[in-house]
Amino acid sequence: MVDISALTNSAGYLLEGVLVTLLLVALSLFIGFVCGIVLTLGQVYGPKVIKKLVGIYVWFFRGLPNIVLLFLFYFALFPFMGLDLPAFFVAVTVLGMRSAAYQSQIFRGAIESIASGQMLAARSLGMTKWQAIRSIILPQTLRLSLPGWSNEYPVLLTDSSVAYVIGVAELLTRTAQVISRTGEPMLLYLSCALMFILLNYGGMMLIQLIEKKTHIPGLGPEGGEA
Amino acid sequence: MTEPILRVENLTKTYGDLEVLKGVSFDVYPGEKKVFIGPSGTGKSTLLRCINLLTEPDGGSVYLNGEEVTNSGRKINDYRQKMGMVFQNFNLFDHLTAVRNVELALLKVKKMGKKEAREKALFELERVGMLDWADHYPAQLSGGQAQRVSIARALAMDPEVMLFDEPTSALDPELKREVMEVMRKLAAQGMTCLVVTHEMKFATSFASEILLMEKGEIIERGKPEDIPTSPSFERMRAFMGAYTEE
Repeated sequence: MVDISALTNSAGYLLEGVLVTLLLVALSLFIGFVCGIVLTLGQVYGPKVIKKLVGIYVWFFRGLPNIVLLFLFYFALFPFMGLDLPAFFVAVTVLGMRSAAYQSQIFRGAIESIASGQMLAARSLGMTKWQAIRSIILPQTLRLSLPGWSNEYPVLLTDSSVAYVIGVAELLTRTAQVISRTGEPMLLYLSCALMFILLNYGGMMLIQLIEKKTHIPGLGPEGGEA
Repeated sequence: MTEPILRVENLTKTYGDLEVLKGVSFDVYPGEKKVFIGPSGTGKSTLLRCINLLTEPDGGSVYLNGEEVTNSGRKINDYRQKMGMVFQNFNLFDHLTAVRNVELALLKVKKMGKKEAREKALFELERVGMLDWADHYPAQLSGGQAQRVSIARALAMDPEVMLFDEPTSALDPELKREVMEVMRKLAAQGMTCLVVTHEMKFATSFASEILLMEKGEIIERGKPEDIPTSPSFERMRAFMGAYTEE
């Protein structure tokens, strides 16, 4: 018989885990977004040496499994640098840096699909390169990136549970702790799975809403990229 | 004699082994309409882009109202505003409506207030007959309409010279006409124009001077009315004949 009280007694504790997971994903996405844009601009508009460095960065972070990166930074690199950082902080940093590598390639694809003539036109009006990037290239890049970007959220959400291995008290970690206390794996893993599905669904709805709100005729997948 | 508004001196440009411009020089006086014709790949578009330094020339100088544009450092952005440019593929900003395409540089470069910029943008759209389309996105415009918006965008900066780089090449015949109409209207208002085109009929009726370029040089130049008869325009007649017979 499934003992439902195993779930109800720990509901608060588990819901806190949901919040930790959400915070972990949101912060990683944000770091990945900001760093991803910087990486993209470096790769597309920067001097040769910057392009090369960005290439190495992307290659490194996309080439290693999440769990290896987490161990590497948490148990080796940060301690070697004399930094004693909380597990949550390390997880956000590593997932964020890894996401930056992926996001930078989404943004790069979008920038490259924007006709280069628009940059020329902006410069011909007396705009500086930076003004053109800010008011013309970036707004279009972000809109064009949304479809690719909507893939990054579920990936990061599911990847976030790997933070378990360094003891971040996120949803999976807490679920495992409750199971070891109550011996109810079926109920608790199912509810854990359900929470992930709901988080996934909610996030996707939000992204779709943003896509709809920011849609511009002729820009993006529906209108074709003119 | 008045001073030239634009002076181009000995411009050179090389891409790899290819000499695209071999020392091109000419003066442009206020209100003049210079039309550049010639076979494709002879440096006409490169010439226009070297004038406002969208392409960096290898050598030579450009002067606008006596001030050197080449080697002007950061001041180039001021000079570019004074030389409006219209491109073959319109190059409108796809994420902005027509009116916002026109007002963007007014806000960002001229630092105008929102209201003032909007008024100016609408005025320029009206000038090219596009006021009714102010709230449409580029993807919702025909080629001719898009090109007229791009002309309005350049005009909004109050340029002293307009550079037209094959403005009708991407358009079908009917749409070409509406763009040419706008250009004629501008010319009639006294705008100084440099035009690269393959439209020979338009060239002869529009130009105050036609310049034939071949292999990076101006090889013949003169008033359109002298071309049919003068012995010094043999090459020009052959080239124009070949085009109009097509």
